[in-house]
Amino acid sequence: MITLTDIHKSFGSKQVLRGVDLHIPRGESMVIIGGSGTGKSVTLKCVLGLVTPDQGRIEVDGQNAARAERDTFLARFGMLFQGGALFDSMPVWQNVAFRLLRGSLKRPRAEAREIAVEKLRRVGLSPDVADLFPAELSGGMQKRVGLARAIAAEPEIIFFDEPTTGLDPIMAGVINELIREIVVEMGVTAMTITHDMSSVRAIADKVAMLHDGVIKWSGPVADMDASGDPYLDQFIHGRAEGPIASVR
Amino acid sequence: MTVVITPLALFGRWALALLAAIGRIALFAGQTVAHIVKPPFYRREFTSALLHIGYLSLPVVGMTTFFTGGALALQIFAGGARFSAEAVVPQIVAIGMVRELGPVLVGLMIAARVTSSIAAELATMRVTEQIDALVTLSTHPMKYLTVPRVLAATLVMPLLVGVGDVIGIMGGFLVGTERLGFNGATYLQNTVEFLQLNDVVTSLIKGAVFGFIAATMGCYYGLNSGLGAQGVGRATKASVVAASVLILAANFILTGVFFSI
Ligand SMILES: Nc1ncnc2c1ncn2[C@@H]1O[C@H](COP(=O)(O)OP(=O)(O)OP(=O)(O)O)[C@@H](O)[C@H]1O
Ligand SMILES: [Mg+2]
Repeated sequence: MITLTDIHKSFGSKQVLRGVDLHIPRGESMVIIGGSGTGKSVTLKCVLGLVTPDQGRIEVDGQNAARAERDTFLARFGMLFQGGALFDSMPVWQNVAFRLLRGSLKRPRAEAREIAVEKLRRVGLSPDVADLFPAELSGGMQKRVGLARAIAAEPEIIFFDEPTTGLDPIMAGVINELIREIVVEMGVTAMTITHDMSSVRAIADKVAMLHDGVIKWSGPVADMDASGDPYLDQFIHGRAEGPIASVR
Repeated sequence: MTVVITPLALFGRWALALLAAIGRIALFAGQTVAHIVKPPFYRREFTSALLHIGYLSLPVVGMTTFFTGGALALQIFAGGARFSAEAVVPQIVAIGMVRELGPVLVGLMIAARVTSSIAAELATMRVTEQIDALVTLSTHPMKYLTVPRVLAATLVMPLLVGVGDVIGIMGGFLVGTERLGFNGATYLQNTVEFLQLNDVVTSLIKGAVFGFIAATMGCYYGLNSGLGAQGVGRATKASVVAASVLILAANFILTGVFFSI
């Protein structure tokens, strides 16, 4: 459903992506792993058009993303940002229901609020949180509000940028389950970035490893342990020694 | 040779950068106007901008123009006394406030109060990826953030300037009647008879233009801010400087256009 072909992106003289090829079939959950600063977040932003690639082609359902009508294109996506990116000028429930309060999906306020509270419950937040402002929440709570916002309008494709970072192990388990549930039950196509290997095993159908600006390895999650790829092995076992330099 | 060339090259580079910035700002202003007429229109954001830019600016506008009107009356009285023309205080205060000081002072206060807050808010949104989040939620940042603020500032500034003009004249009136021995009724009559409709209308037009400049600069520098806390600081500073200079320049041009004929 989503195909990236030969994506290049540099910031100034710094080459971040040097030819990323990636294919995510409909209804599958792809997890991207890779060292910090290798360009995982930039890759997601390229697909959404928040960052314009210098070179390469991105297709969604065979349609060139660069030429798609922006509103209808973006309406199919939900995105959880690494930093949450909550609107701090409005209370939590309005953040979650942002799409439901304006534009083509607009519905009555009371109904939008009800949906927001329900989504908050799904990410493990009580209804009292709904009327707080983002600045009054802890980091992990903000992350979960961002997650609730990403899934609120029930998009077909959802990107999660580090959904479990900053959460306690139990909450991380809840979120992993939630993501799995969304993919299996709602047929959502998901792309998740994570550093947490237990999360990879819980969420992924397929795994792709980004290193040095290219996809070094990709395949089904079951093949991950027996890949024989020294880069992947070093990464999943968290070894300091190996082909990946520890200073980057 | 290089002693001559280096400053020249520096000046050239500076001039080019300035022209490029002017071009980008003009383009941004044009896009803003284009987005005003194209739906959707975010009414809630517009109302909130009206409140923040208009209503909540009233105290600062009132104080600024009140003290300036008072000081102006004192100065004109003292200056006029040198050629026994003390009696012109009401007329000069009125014309000075309405034609120049009202719009310019209110414009500069709005640049300080509103431009800076818009720029800091939007720059922080940029830095914390809230602008990116808006885009992914199918909301155009120009329509959602820029249009309500620019439209509100343009519409509400004539009102603020009108209030400022009146309060400025009142400041002059109080000083004139309490300190300088003018008769209240005569002072008011002189003011009202001397002012022409033209003076008031141009005052309000200046207000609208300054409001547009102030909000547009805040949005432009906020949305195009650099990264990090430093980026927010730079954007805020640049927006206030640009808004103030542009307001003064626009005032000069508008005064020339309105009163040269
Ligand atoms: N807007 C930008 N301007 C300049 N450089 C950028 C920008 N965005 C990203 N980069 C650079 O691109 C590189 C990749 O960034 P990215 O955020 O994609 O990393 P990441 O793989 O998501 O890392 P992490 O796991 O730490 O989140 C970084 O080195 C960063 O410095
Ligand atoms: Mg990242």
